Amino acid sequence: MSKGHSHDHADYQPDIEDFPFSERMVMTQAVAELIVEKGICTADELRQQIELMDSKEPALGARLVAKTWVDPNYKARVLDNCAKAAAEIGIDIGDIPIKAIENTADVHNIVVCTLCSCYPRLLIGLPPDWYKSRAYRSRAVKEPRKVLEEFGTHIPDNVEVRVHDSTADLRYLVLPARPDGTGDWDEQQLARLITRDSMVGVTPAKSPEDI
Amino acid sequence: MTIRRHHDMGGLEAGPVDASEHDYAMWEKRVDAIVKVLSTPDRKLLSTDELRRGIEELGPGVYDELSYYERWISSATNLLLEKGVITVDELGKKMAEVEARWTKDREGAE
Amino acid sequence: MTALRYSPGDKVQVREAYPPGHVRTPFFVRGCVGEVQEIAGVYPNPEELAYGRDGLPGVPLYRVSFKQSEVWDGYDGPITDTLVIDIYEHWLEPRT
Repeated sequence: MSKGHSHDHADYQPDIEDFPFSERMVMTQAVAELIVEKGICTADELRQQIELMDSKEPALGARLVAKTWVDPNYKARVLDNCAKAAAEIGIDIGDIPIKAIENTADVHNIVVCTLCSCYPRLLIGLPPDWYKSRAYRSRAVKEPRKVLEEFGTHIPDNVEVRVHDSTADLRYLVLPARPDGTGDWDEQQLARLITRDSMVGVTPAKSPEDI
Repeated sequence: MTIRRHHDMGGLEAGPVDASEHDYAMWEKRVDAIVKVLSTPDRKLLSTDELRRGIEELGPGVYDELSYYERWISSATNLLLEKGVITVDELGKKMAEVEARWTKDREGAE
Repeated sequence: MTALRYSPGDKVQVREAYPPGHVRTPFFVRGCVGEVQEIAGVYPNPEELAYGRDGLPGVPLYRVSFKQSEVWDGYDGPITDTLVIDIYEHWLEPRT
């Protein structure tokens, strides 16, 4: 379709699933075309940025977490400076600092952004809808244990639930605890246990019997 | 006066968390890309904090009515207008052009 | 170097202020007493950045820990549960 359009905007035709289009979709298209026409950026840059974000997915974070499970020195480096530690394994998390927080036998961490929807997107991709929802943003700070139960996660009373409200310049990545029964697993196998939700802290990592 | 702003919702009553998800549509990714590209250090036409301020200023009704990336593009567009990067007239004309083109394409696809 | 007003372990109280513009200190924690857990760095002031200014000089940012039972009346969980919030220095006051 649209072969008749000769310049950049042919690249921006909405996908079939985007129909019917809304006013804000039209606005998005219009702004994209205007900034390209004005030479503020190129269509290629916009496309590359989309490709960059498409390349960011929970598997990256899972790779990093799996390495912390097998290498205590690496874990120490992740806790100290996540950006540097990620770079060691070829992951560029950009210039917004990510703070890794570790689940232990005594502490379970869960992350929320009550004011907007801050998320470690350059390490694990764009956030799921529920993370941005009014229900999660309102309730995770006040009744975290109930919210966790809604994700099927029960934290015993002798474990502290620590909620992190991501209000400022840091983004948070939870390092879930390594499940039992994985003593002889290698990093690649372990990474399969590490889900997006476990890195936000709403669930633990999967158990070997889950996969 | 204890003003509580609409977006500042920590601790308010709300229903259960709906864990259903959708895959991001291309137009949503495009909004994301526009904002990131405009906020690079060499351009600084937008900042995250300005974008957030603009989202907060959409007001309670619009904030809840719009989806996440609809809020983003609304705020980003307002900022570009405020800063004189684009004008209202340019935007209006371009939106009309896009709408006409897409309507034609859609009819062609049917 | 920006001088840091607080160190880890210091008791602090979040200011009970309600300005109408863009701020990054959640409503629910204003007036609460917590403990500085960590210094998170120095960042341009978001309350300035939000209005198109440069946010300089930067503002120290602290990770402040609160007991859930002290933030919410009738918190429905163990006394050991906590909440950690990133708060800029100008939103904190010393508490002895």
